[in-house]
Amino acid sequence: MNRLNLHRLLLWGILLLFALWFLAPLYVMVVTSLKDADQVRSGNLLSLPTAPTLSSWSKAWSTACTGVECNGLQPFFWNSVLMVVPAVLVSTLLGSINGYVLSKWKFRGSETLFAFMLFGVFMPMQVVLLPMSQVLGWLGIASSVWGLMAVHIVAGIPSTTLFFRNYYVGLPDELIKAAQLDGASFWQIFWRIVMPLSTPILVVTLIWQFTNIWNDFLYGVVFSGADSKPITVGLNNLANTSSSVKEYNVDMAAALIAALPTLFVYVVAGKYFVRGLTAGAVKG
Amino acid sequence: MGALSIQGIHKTFNQTTHILKGIDLEIDAGEFLILVGPSGCGKSTLLNMIAGLDHPTSGNILIGDRDVTHLPSKDRDIAMVFQSYALYPNMSVAQNIAFGLEIRKVPKAEREAAVQRVAAMLQIGHLLERKPGQLSGGQRQRVAMGRALARDPKLFLFDEPLSNLDAKLRVEMRAEIKQLHQRTKTTTVYVTHDQVEAMTLGDRIAVMKDGLVQQFGTPAEIYTRPANRFVAEFIGSPAMNMVDVQCNAQGVCAHGIDLHLADTQRAAAAKHSANDLVYGLRPEAISFSDQGMPGQLSMIEPTGPETYATVDTAVGKLTARVPGVLHARVGETVHLQWSADQAHLFDRTSGVRVG
Repeated sequence: MNRLNLHRLLLWGILLLFALWFLAPLYVMVVTSLKDADQVRSGNLLSLPTAPTLSSWSKAWSTACTGVECNGLQPFFWNSVLMVVPAVLVSTLLGSINGYVLSKWKFRGSETLFAFMLFGVFMPMQVVLLPMSQVLGWLGIASSVWGLMAVHIVAGIPSTTLFFRNYYVGLPDELIKAAQLDGASFWQIFWRIVMPLSTPILVVTLIWQFTNIWNDFLYGVVFSGADSKPITVGLNNLANTSSSVKEYNVDMAAALIAALPTLFVYVVAGKYFVRGLTAGAVKG
Repeated sequence: MGALSIQGIHKTFNQTTHILKGIDLEIDAGEFLILVGPSGCGKSTLLNMIAGLDHPTSGNILIGDRDVTHLPSKDRDIAMVFQSYALYPNMSVAQNIAFGLEIRKVPKAEREAAVQRVAAMLQIGHLLERKPGQLSGGQRQRVAMGRALARDPKLFLFDEPLSNLDAKLRVEMRAEIKQLHQRTKTTTVYVTHDQVEAMTLGDRIAVMKDGLVQQFGTPAEIYTRPANRFVAEFIGSPAMNMVDVQCNAQGVCAHGIDLHLADTQRAAAAKHSANDLVYGLRPEAISFSDQGMPGQLSMIEPTGPETYATVDTAVGKLTARVPGVLHARVGETVHLQWSADQAHLFDRTSGVRVG
């Protein structure tokens, strides 16, 4: 009994230590963002703010300079929202349709096609930069929010397809056959039978795509136009705009603003994420 | 013209793998057709073709007098019960039953009436609001049948519907399927590998092996006059005793012992070109007596109402199936007797029935 307790204690101790270690940067960011400029200059990195203030947050949001303009992160934030939401929804929907076809409506060559799509999952992003800007130029959507959205949709399809295809392989084929005999069409089967059974993988894919696209910097900096830069680019510009004094508290607040949406998604849907990743075939 | 006719169906994969090698079957309206055979015989492929889920390389399938060979499933006026039930997990029992009607744009009132009718027929009224995940195996089976019944199809297809149930439930559901068919008189095609299901349910049985129909007939024909050695051994439990024999002047003999034949069989054997035959005897045709073929009792398997006894004789092991309890002990010498007209004769190389 004693030995067991000791093991328990050791286990908890180590876990707590790791938790502290990983949470430390977040702690530093939060407390720094709440300090005023004087305390940031003078103080200890780990000390609590003596006079907590949200002024750096409001500055980061609306008045901090990001290059020549001084409107804070606000415009970048909304650029990101406008671009990320449709990109996530469209890439997820296309992935689920692809997965449905590649698992339940196999045709000659569908496995080869899937293998090629898998290639897209592992391809480094940098490889497509030049050809993609060429294509966006041809399509006339270079340097626009549409171009950036299109790039994220195309780049997301391989992984969303992989997620949905592997999940749908676990759905019994007889379900599809039964629906066919009931007279349901390709799309009726998809919307009435397959989609309602997809909740776990849908949540996983939405979180995955949201995190990836929201946090993306490379495509954002390369393909966006002057008025469609996403928040990651805004954050970079904000932190790199030199003024007389480095305002660490504003930088921290800005970084937290940029990270909040993904944090929020994880907190709200995190348990579905883990559940979805481990969920097996639907029993029924 | 029958309610279902299958004409010269072939199925070939990659030009080399022949799944079905020319199937011809025809049944009348209201008949219950069984497709039975060991796994890999092509029975499920054939059923899928009738359902429109698979397509023949050549041949035709007619339902009523309509050629449906190239029609999609939904236009064939059929319904199917799957081995895994394939109930839609996201819908309630009532929605499952009504789904086919809903897709076909049947008005709501009519749909509800159909659900009530089916629920009453299958006694699942109390389950209508549940999800399939909350049902037991037998209940799921019933709902799957309900879904098929709701549309009142011209043809009912069953794909090994009882193989996921435990033994007791299987017998119950078998009886229920039979009663259901007696009541609705819907033409039915039923695939199974279980010869008891085949014998108990079928009006007509097609015994299949290696992509060919070995015999097509009523259960009685299949049992009493199996067309070949495969059918004889596949149908019936315990399996038919088979003894390798040679023709001689009196009839046939094995290991120097003459075996009786009826006159017609002797004539047929004499006319048959080959000399090497197989002599088949159903276990229930053999009885114990004071004289006859001697042998040593090597195993006794009591089942309650009857007893299976295995006897080592000069012509090989013979299994007898006798009513009640057998008062004998293993090792005892016993005598076996049977009447000559109970024997079946098959050609040893081709397996075809001789007489």
